[in-house]
Amino acid sequence: METEKKLLLDVDNVSLGYEGTAIWEGLSFQVRSGDYLCIVGENGSGKSTLLKSLLGLMKPMAGQIVRHGDLRRGAIGYLPQQTMAQKDFPATALEVVLSGFLSAGAGRFFYTPKEKAAALMHMGKLGILELQRKCYRELSGGQQQRVLLARALCAAGELLILDEPVTGLDPAAAQDLYRTLSYLNRKEGIAIVMVTHDIQSALQYGSAVLYAGQKQWFYGTTAEYLASPYGKRFGGGGK
Amino acid sequence: MRLLLQMMTYPFILRAALVGILVSLCAALLGVPLVLKRYAMIGDGLSHVSFGALAIAVACGWAPVAVSIPVVIVAALVLLRMAERSRMGADAAIALTSASALATGVIVTSLTTGMTTDVDSYMFGSILAMDRGDVALSVGLSVAVLALFVLCYHRLFAITFDESFSRATGVNVGLYSTLLSVLTALTIVVGMRLMGAMLISSLVIFPALSAMRILKSFRGVVIAAAVISVGCFTAGLTAAYLLNTPVGATVVLVNLAVFVLCCAGAKLRK
Repeated sequence: METEKKLLLDVDNVSLGYEGTAIWEGLSFQVRSGDYLCIVGENGSGKSTLLKSLLGLMKPMAGQIVRHGDLRRGAIGYLPQQTMAQKDFPATALEVVLSGFLSAGAGRFFYTPKEKAAALMHMGKLGILELQRKCYRELSGGQQQRVLLARALCAAGELLILDEPVTGLDPAAAQDLYRTLSYLNRKEGIAIVMVTHDIQSALQYGSAVLYAGQKQWFYGTTAEYLASPYGKRFGGGGK
Repeated sequence: MRLLLQMMTYPFILRAALVGILVSLCAALLGVPLVLKRYAMIGDGLSHVSFGALAIAVACGWAPVAVSIPVVIVAALVLLRMAERSRMGADAAIALTSASALATGVIVTSLTTGMTTDVDSYMFGSILAMDRGDVALSVGLSVAVLALFVLCYHRLFAITFDESFSRATGVNVGLYSTLLSVLTALTIVVGMRLMGAMLISSLVIFPALSAMRILKSFRGVVIAAAVISVGCFTAGLTAAYLLNTPVGATVVLVNLAVFVLCCAGAKLRK
């Protein structure tokens, strides 16, 4: 069963770090279609370094990260943390969503009708179709995240990489976003890799956990994580 | 009306109008991504560097534009790196460079020629300063800026909105940031002798801010900024001729008036 699922990311005995100092050592895990991997851990434990490497923005010091299929040509559905400048950005929701096709249509002035149709379809799927002409800065936090999610879906249909997506959202909007991700994951088989501080939700929705500690890490299914010493501390299984 | 026709019979005013319109257009286009990336003060920093370079060139008897173009381009690249890498932050790096360059210019001037009309016109602009070389330079610059905005519009949007996402999808963010900085540097050098070192950065900042108040789409903001900027310059130049006021300062005040109108318009619509 496991082997039938398409391999998307293969992290093989990788060391990551800056200027010769490794933050991650001997890291190995795989992401297959339909997986839901949550990367948890303390601040400064190297979660964003790992994310950069998965996105191909940073070379590993040792080992290799192999991206399969479409991911090879930069088609990654990435949802970065929002910046201050974005909150006040004059652009329509549709303009933002369409920019997801950037890697596909380099150097063209117009997007193709096919791309426009796909963008509108993704927006419809995420329940933001009626916002297409609204200005990004006038949307709520949850709506903004959905717009960025639709953009990520335009960029890639197989894997979404999310960096703390619920930061700054109110609890209801956060739950909505989790449910949407869960839907994309289960119904469309899109693999999800998410850096998050929200361990409860990670355990509720995720299928696997990568825990980042100081100079150590743990990778396993959510059940394995809960049984591990790291998970016992955070999982809230028993006092 | 007759006065306006009369105004256009002076070749120096025609040159100033042409250069000013083209520089306003470039500055406004470049200003949109710069303002949105919180990097708008680079215009101010570069104009002071340009002033310093011009002061030194005048003191040494070199050709002012030929000296300041490379100096300002280097300064633009250094500022870009400082803003990205150093812990100082972009605003502090620009303030530091700006004050140092201005101080150097003032010292060099006071030790050599003293405050001549030349130096005064660099500070506050002069309608007499434009020659054929400036016209050629501004035409070339406009072609380059327009080409960048037409051919790479979507990438400019993407890197302005979200650098991280653009990097992840394989866009060479560094290349476009460098292009924007270099073109801004050239715009500043060409425009500052007309508008003045103290005032040229307003051409970068005002039109983008005004357009952002009233429009909701990025495409709309880019086009409106260009139209507002060219309109304000033309109105400012005419007013300066009729009222006998300095061109640079008049254009800035027209821009301010439009900005206030745009703010009021945005308030009313709510």
